[in-house]
Amino acid sequence: MNKHSSSTSTPFWRDKRVIPILLQVIFAVIVVVAGVFFFSNALAGMRQIGMVFGFDFLGKMAAFDIGDKVIDFSSKDTYGKAFIVGILNTIKVAFIGIILATILGFIVGVSRLSTNWLVRTVAAAYVEIFRNTPLLVQIFIWFYAVFLSFPVIEKSLDVFGLFYFSNRGAVIPWLGLTPSSFIWLIAFLIGIILSFVVWKIRIKRQVETGQRKYPFFWASSSIVSLLIIAWFVTLESPLLLSIPEIAGRGYLGGYTIGPGFGALLVALVMYTASFIAEIVRGGILAVPKGQVEAAKALGLKSPTILRLVVLPQAIRIIIPPLTSQYLNLIKNSSLAAAVAYQELVGVGITILSQTGRSIEVISIVILVYLSMSLFTSLLMNIFNKYSQLVER
Amino acid sequence: MKKYLFAILSMLLVFSVILAGCSEKSDEEINTKSLLEVIKKRGKLVGGVNATIPGFGYVASDGSYEGMDIDITRAVAAAIFGDPTAVEFRPLSAEERFIAVQTGEVDVLARNTTHTTSRDASVGLAFAPVTFYDGQGMMVRKDSGIESLADLEGSRIAVESGTTTELNLADQMRKIGVSYEPVVFDNQDAAISAYEQGSVDAFTTDRSGLVSRRSTLSKPDDHFILTEVLSKEPLAPSVKDGDSKFVAVVSWTVYALIQAEEYGITQGNIESFMDSDDPEIRRFLGVEGDLGEQLGLEKDFVVQVIKAVGNYGELYDRHLGPETVFNLERGPNELWTNGGLMYSPPFR
Repeated sequence: MNKHSSSTSTPFWRDKRVIPILLQVIFAVIVVVAGVFFFSNALAGMRQIGMVFGFDFLGKMAAFDIGDKVIDFSSKDTYGKAFIVGILNTIKVAFIGIILATILGFIVGVSRLSTNWLVRTVAAAYVEIFRNTPLLVQIFIWFYAVFLSFPVIEKSLDVFGLFYFSNRGAVIPWLGLTPSSFIWLIAFLIGIILSFVVWKIRIKRQVETGQRKYPFFWASSSIVSLLIIAWFVTLESPLLLSIPEIAGRGYLGGYTIGPGFGALLVALVMYTASFIAEIVRGGILAVPKGQVEAAKALGLKSPTILRLVVLPQAIRIIIPPLTSQYLNLIKNSSLAAAVAYQELVGVGITILSQTGRSIEVISIVILVYLSMSLFTSLLMNIFNKYSQLVER
Repeated sequence: MKKYLFAILSMLLVFSVILAGCSEKSDEEINTKSLLEVIKKRGKLVGGVNATIPGFGYVASDGSYEGMDIDITRAVAAAIFGDPTAVEFRPLSAEERFIAVQTGEVDVLARNTTHTTSRDASVGLAFAPVTFYDGQGMMVRKDSGIESLADLEGSRIAVESGTTTELNLADQMRKIGVSYEPVVFDNQDAAISAYEQGSVDAFTTDRSGLVSRRSTLSKPDDHFILTEVLSKEPLAPSVKDGDSKFVAVVSWTVYALIQAEEYGITQGNIESFMDSDDPEIRRFLGVEGDLGEQLGLEKDFVVQVIKAVGNYGELYDRHLGPETVFNLERGPNELWTNGGLMYSPPFR
C-alpha cells in the first residue's frame, strides 16, 4: 500500500504546485544572501578604515547653517533636524511644483487640441522644447540666464511697489497671521460644511421639483454670511498683508523666493508640465469620438462638452501616468544642489561630507524618497479609485 | 529541472562560501598587505585632486593638471616608481573627495583638504604633514561698503558644501552674533558666478583660494579680501586610514621636499650633492644607509622626488610665488629656519 502510493505520486521537484513556491523561496534566499553579503562587505570595509556603522550622529550638533528653510534652524541644532529641514524643503518645492505643473499641463494639453492654429502651435512648440531637453540644463538656464541676470538689489525691478525682482530673489506680498486668524479659520470651515449641506439640499429640491433653485448662489452666500458674522465678532481682519520693501542688502516683509528655489521650481514646473500636457492630450484623444458627437447632438457648447463629457472620461486614463510624472517631479527636485537650494539631497550631501557617514546618509535619503513616492502613489490610487466608473 | 536546481543550489553554496570567507580573511589581509604593494603592482598612482583652483589644482588650457597639490601627487609617484608621470588624476568635488578615499577610488587625496580632528578620527582618513598653512577669508565687492565681518549682517554669503569653510562660517558668525544667509553651492564655479553677478554679497573659502579665484574674475580690482581670518586651515594630503606603511610613504615624501629646501638642494643642483661629504645629506639622498628601503621604496627615492618636482620652496615659487599672478607671501609656509612653520623631522 505504502510502496504503491509513493511510486505513483510525483516527486516534489516535479510537482507543479511545489515548483513555483520553491523557486520563489530560492529567489528570496538569493536576494537576502546578496544583500547581507554587500552589507557585511561594506561593514568590513568601514572597519578597515576605523569607522563604525550607526545613526548616533543624527543627535550631534550640525554646526552648519541652511539658507532657505521652512522651520527655524541654526547651526546649534542637530544633524537630525537638518535632515528634517531638508525634507521640508523637498516637500515644499514638490508640493507647489505638482500643483503648478498640473494646472499648466492641463492648460497646454487642452490647448494642443485647440481649433485655433496659433494656440495649438504655441502649445506644441512648448511641449517639444521642454520635453526634449535635459532638466539639469533647464535648471541651469533658469538660474544663470534668468534669475541671476535680474538687476542687483538696489536696482530691483519694481512692480507697483508690491513685487520686487532682483538677482537675490523675487519678493511678493505675503499674508501674516493676526490674533483672530484662528477664529476666522473655524468660521470658514463651518461655512464650507454648511454651504455643502445647503448645496445638496437645493440640488435635491431642484431635481425633485424641476424648478430652478440656484444651488450655487445659496451655497456661496452661506459662506459669505458666516464670514460677515465672524467680522462682527472679532472686529479684525483674518490675515495681515505684509508688503515687501527693500532694506539695505535684503528685503523686509513679504515672502522672498530665493534664486535657487525659483530656478528649481520654474524648471520643474515647465519640464513636468510638458509631459503632463502630452498625457492630458492622450487622455482626451482616447475618449471615443461618439461621446463628443452625442453631446453635440444634444446641443451642448464646446466648453461644456469638454468639462462635462470629455474630461470626466479622460481623467480615468490620465491619472495613472500622471502619478508617475508626480513621482518624477519629486525625485527630480534632487537636482537642486546645483543651484544652491538646500533640499533633502543637498543637506544630505553636506552632512555626508561633514561626518563621512556615507552609507547611513544615503540610506536615509533613499528611505525618505521611497516613502514620499509611496505616499503620493497611495493618494493618487485613492483618487483613481474614486474617479473610476462605478459599474452597476 | 534537476540540473536547474543543482545550478541554483551550487550558486547558493558559492555565495555562502564567499560570505564566510570575506569576514574571516579581510582582517588578516589589512595587516599584511599595504596599499603600497597594490599601487606598485598596478604600476601607477591614482591621485584625487581639485581641478578648479589655480595654483593648487586645476586643468590648464592644454588639458594637463597643474598646481601645488598636483606636484605633490607627482612627488609621491616619483618616490614610488621613480617616475612622476606614473600617476592618474581624478578631479573631485569637495563632497566627493572623502568617499573616493574611503572606497579606494583614489590612493592619495591632495586636494586642499584641511586636517581636522573628526576627519582623522571618524571619517576614515590618515593625514600626511601639512603642505600649506592657510586660513579662511572672505571676499567682497569694494563698492559694497563691507569692511569687516560685522558689516555682513543680513547678507547672503556663498560657500562650498562639504567644506570646513561652511562650518567655520557658521561658528564665526554665531560668535560675533551676525545673522546671514548661507548660499551653499556644490561647486566653486557656481558659487563664484553667483558672487560675480551680485546674487550674493560675499564669497568665503581659504584665503589662498580667494586670491586664486579673484585672479579669474573679470575685474579682480573691484574685489577685496577682508583682513579678518576666520580660521586655521592646515591643508594636507591624506590617504585611507589603517595603512601606516602607505601614510609613511606620503608623509616622508612631503618631508623630503621640506628637508631638501633646508639643505638647499634643488632640482637643478641635486647632482652636485650626490658626492657630498656631509653624512646627513648622504643619508638623505640614499647614498648611505637604507632609509628608502625601510619605507618600502628605492634607496634614492628622495633624489627621484627632487629631480621630478624640485624642493618645497621651488614648488611654492612655481605655483604661488612672486612670479605668478597670485604673488602670495610665504608667511607661515616659510621654513622654520626662516621663522615659518615648515619643519621636517630628521632623516635617520
